[in-house]
Amino acid sequence: MRVVAKLAGAMLLMSASAVALSAELNLKLEIPRLDVAEYHRPYIAVWVENQDQSTAAQLAVWYQTDKKKEDGTQWLKDLRQWWRRGGRELQMPVDGVTGATRPAGEHVLSYKGTDKQLANLAPGKYNVVVEATREVGGRELLRLPFEWPGTQKQTATAQGKTELGAITLNITP
Amino acid sequence: MKTALRAIAVSAALLAPFASHAHKMWLLPSSTVSTVDQWVTVDAAVSNNLFYFDHVPLRLDALAITAPDGSAVSAENAHTGKYRSIFDVQLKQNGTYKVAIVNKGLFASYEENGQRKRWRGNAEKFATEVPASARNLQVSESIGRVETFVTAGKPTEAALKASNVGLELVPVTHPNDLYAGEASKFRFLIDGKPATNLEVVVQPGGTRYRNDQEEQKLKTDANGELSVNWPAPGMYWLEAGTQDDKTSLKQAKQRRLSYVATFEVLPQ
Repeated sequence: MRVVAKLAGAMLLMSASAVALSAELNLKLEIPRLDVAEYHRPYIAVWVENQDQSTAAQLAVWYQTDKKKEDGTQWLKDLRQWWRRGGRELQMPVDGVTGATRPAGEHVLSYKGTDKQLANLAPGKYNVVVEATREVGGRELLRLPFEWPGTQKQTATAQGKTELGAITLNITP
Repeated sequence: MKTALRAIAVSAALLAPFASHAHKMWLLPSSTVSTVDQWVTVDAAVSNNLFYFDHVPLRLDALAITAPDGSAVSAENAHTGKYRSIFDVQLKQNGTYKVAIVNKGLFASYEENGQRKRWRGNAEKFATEVPASARNLQVSESIGRVETFVTAGKPTEAALKASNVGLELVPVTHPNDLYAGEASKFRFLIDGKPATNLEVVVQPGGTRYRNDQEEQKLKTDANGELSVNWPAPGMYWLEAGTQDDKTSLKQAKQRRLSYVATFEVLPQ
């Protein structure tokens, strides 16, 4: 009887980790085209936030990385929520997270549960946070709630008003 | 007559540089959240309005900048103008810098050969410069601090350690981690011990463009602590003052203690 229970427990554990292994987080993120006299591509940070707003995982940070130009790291603090919640503790660049700024249009970010960004994410409730700030422009922050890895497919959407467009989060358990 | 009045005004200012609440002393950094190798430029002034240069500059003779590792940093491009002093600081280390002007001094008034005399200096000079024959000798001591804080990268606390002399603020909430709508806690010390029941005033900048001073009058608890609520983002001025008889010179009967700091409160 005890052996059976143990076996069942082991099978449950295996199946739970099997779910996590196949889990995926996909994010569609739109940078709006803006009709302004002086346009600079926005700095954008995407991260996973715990319920207490501390940072659970860094997903992406896009900033001015061109070495021929002025050091772009000095403006990272303007992603002020990201900066407060852990950005200021990072040594730039971060492999698999940081990259160059991107043009207006739709961008897709995809992470598997086995990727290093999500490998340590314990099952639970989180938000994906997207923060954008633009030189001589504005700042906008959006939150999309989700459960990791969850038991079924989840979709969350958010619509930016100024610096961000439509954002769609898809979670596959 | 005008000259006499001016002389009185000047000597009064010398005698009581920290007792006056009419004018506010402050340091105003160009930013408080920064990254390593960046510069901050700081204005230093004494004014009625916060934070506008409308009275006299704050002198930089007693400027002391402490780096995150506790070492002393010298200011660059220091200049004192008609209404303000300015200086630059390069943040070469990661962590929090303390920028402070610490004025310590003894002030004496006495009569010698029927003439009224005034003197200021330190304890060593007192022995040689104030004659033993001085009559009606009155001596007071004062220790005043004007501070602000700037952080490159992650906030650290090594530079914020108390010197345990006079009235000081030590963080419970880090002074470069203040946000509108959140309460922040600070502890005040006198000679390293909790400053209990201390009156503290907190006021947001921008007074020129509003009618109300919007002062918060607070008091420290039995641990010398108090909590400040920041109603909106912006630069804030904090002042505390008290007096006691713990002087460093036996002839001095009274010691005045003051503390001023400028904080930046960030939006959420």
